[in-house]
Amino acid sequence: MNKREAKPLRGPVPRHKEDDQVVYIDSNSAPRIVFSGTELLSEDLPIGTRVVYAKPPIEGLANPGAAVRYALNHPLDSDPLYAQLSPGMRVTIAVDDISLPLPPMTTPDIRQIVLEIVLDLLDANGVDDVHIIVANSLHRRMTDAEIKRMVGKKIFDAFHPDRLYNHDAEDPDGMVPLGKTDHNEPVNINRRAVESDLVIYVNINLVPMDGGHKSVAVGLCDYESVRVHHSPDTILACDGYMDPARSMLNTKIVRQGRLVDQHMNVFHIETTINNRMFANPTKFLGENEDEFSEVDRLKFEGLRWTLAKLPETARRKMFEQIPSPYQMIACHAGKADPVHERIVAKGFEQYMVKVKGQSDIVIFPIPYVSPYNINSILNPILLQVMGLGYFHNFYRGKPVLRKGGALILCHPGYDEFDHAFHPSYIEFFHRLLPETRDATTLQHKYEEEFARNPSYIEMYRRGNAYHGAHPFFMWYWGENGRQHAGKVILAGAKNAHVPAIMGWDRSESLTEAIAMARSFVGPSASITMMKWPPIVMADVE
Amino acid sequence: MEAAAFYDLDGTLCRTNLVHAFAYNARNQQGLWRSVTRMTSTVASIPLFLAADMFNRRLFNDIFFRRYRGESEDRLRYLAQELFDTVIQPSIYPGAYQLIDKSRRLGLRQVLVTGALDITAGPLVRHLELDDAVTNHLEFVDGKATGRLLPPVMAAATKASWIRVYAEKEGLNLTECYSYSDSMSDLPMLSVVGHPTAVNPDFRLRNTALQHDWPILDLR
Repeated sequence: MNKREAKPLRGPVPRHKEDDQVVYIDSNSAPRIVFSGTELLSEDLPIGTRVVYAKPPIEGLANPGAAVRYALNHPLDSDPLYAQLSPGMRVTIAVDDISLPLPPMTTPDIRQIVLEIVLDLLDANGVDDVHIIVANSLHRRMTDAEIKRMVGKKIFDAFHPDRLYNHDAEDPDGMVPLGKTDHNEPVNINRRAVESDLVIYVNINLVPMDGGHKSVAVGLCDYESVRVHHSPDTILACDGYMDPARSMLNTKIVRQGRLVDQHMNVFHIETTINNRMFANPTKFLGENEDEFSEVDRLKFEGLRWTLAKLPETARRKMFEQIPSPYQMIACHAGKADPVHERIVAKGFEQYMVKVKGQSDIVIFPIPYVSPYNINSILNPILLQVMGLGYFHNFYRGKPVLRKGGALILCHPGYDEFDHAFHPSYIEFFHRLLPETRDATTLQHKYEEEFARNPSYIEMYRRGNAYHGAHPFFMWYWGENGRQHAGKVILAGAKNAHVPAIMGWDRSESLTEAIAMARSFVGPSASITMMKWPPIVMADVE
Repeated sequence: MEAAAFYDLDGTLCRTNLVHAFAYNARNQQGLWRSVTRMTSTVASIPLFLAADMFNRRLFNDIFFRRYRGESEDRLRYLAQELFDTVIQPSIYPGAYQLIDKSRRLGLRQVLVTGALDITAGPLVRHLELDDAVTNHLEFVDGKATGRLLPPVMAAATKASWIRVYAEKEGLNLTECYSYSDSMSDLPMLSVVGHPTAVNPDFRLRNTALQHDWPILDLR
């Protein structure tokens, strides 16, 4: 009996590309997968469009626990941790909050790995006055379940709630003024940390602007200290946020950090992770569509079909259930500056992709998640901060978009807010933005009112609300992008008023948005799409 | 222009309500038999109070305050401090102190707007160091309560109109003012200011607050 010969699966088709990360669309290119909130679009981009992909994940450390122990015993510019411990001393461990990493990682979280090692060491050295503080600054308090997931059941049961809790920047008795920097910038820090003999900071670096002096000087501070650098003038003085050397934000935070170091003994443990945001069965989402196997295409179509059938809330819940299998790729400990320098270098190695020249039109797919809406809704202000704040600033050298070019954000732009997490955002969006979008006017006229609003303060302290001033900081964060782009188009917007309030144009689809952008910058405009997620940063030549 | 923060009392700043205060007085009648009958009657009336309150706050007030008929003013005043020390003060939500403190630091005048009796609320106003208060007042004839309230009766829309008049008289900008309540019956009081907040809200007020995008605060 003749066997029918199996038809071979379609293999990868070679395409024109500068390297594995920079690909140009041609007539045979596959449609690109574009995140638009919780939806996945399949888009045929114009021929010649440059698509920039993230680098494949750097191989994770085989034994993260060993790497942590080595870092503790061989710290930079500091005595080993064990040598700093003595019985009866008071130790505070501060950890990054839920905004890192993004999305939350699979368990065990890196913080749990580090904490278990550090707590064993403290115990072995007779240190029992230990508190663990979530350094949430003006972010929302983490819920008990979130903290438990982050530190593990064993630590949670042993320390929570008396010795494991969220930082409270509005506790009148809980903050201590350390003084002012030589530029007259106040620094107020959590009392427990200040009054400790040793503070150990456990960090996860997702992007280069995390960690370093920011850990303590921002994570454990109050509104008065944050407003020093979260201001329109500071943001406008930054040439990107990811390159510490060119960021005024970083300069001011370093000044505050130096003051912290004068008053406190801080031992930094910094880790960084690869960009393994997706693993099977969604691994294909981070890969080049031209190299998809038939199985990948099938999985994508299945996922797209499923998402299209689900309501928005169900889609969001579904994505929230998919943690990222990040792996630790570096761990260093010791003083803030040398530790952070090495961690940032490793981060750049993972994220930076060389890109030749700027583009007239740039497309940013905006996914469902930002650092400020874990387990919640990406509201219009956060959509703005992702596009104009974070993604626009994911560069070194110069932005991917040329000055005055057209920026396309792919997102439905729902007018939807989380009342428990983002109460002040609602008032900011509906009451203030229709009056003015000018960051400086907003700062001088309304920031103080929101920051001092007793309801917002108590919602931050007792509930899980972001601080009343937080939407202002998010708005300032987008100021560089707003000043840089000549036009912003919200592609796929489901309503007219959100883009109108934001001062953006809207289009029904990405194709229409590209046509609108071309009519603005010219028909021969160059187009680049940054293929997020996973994270990729452009080293623009 | 100045501004103020207006607070409802029962359920907002403390756990207790009007019935707790009345029950305390009923339990401390002169004579055991009188105390027992008063308490029994109060407990038996709770379903009626609940039904009346769900229907209309004015109806509730009419039915509820009638229970005070025949009470001696001296006795009520005598028990007021004791009632505060043993019942009301322990039931003040810890968050209420912080809320008032933050609000005072903002330079807001602190004003209590409550349907509770002046006799009951007096010690609390002094304890929280509030600047002003408007309460309900029982009518007394020859030192005995008639079971009626003196107008204006503080409930629902009356609270809102009192706030409006107060703001005009004191030169307050209502847009800058805050109000806090736990109950749907205080919707007018919340709607009249620029910064309304639902505190420990009941189901109906929570839904309304969500629809209006008002902050929802839990002080418990």
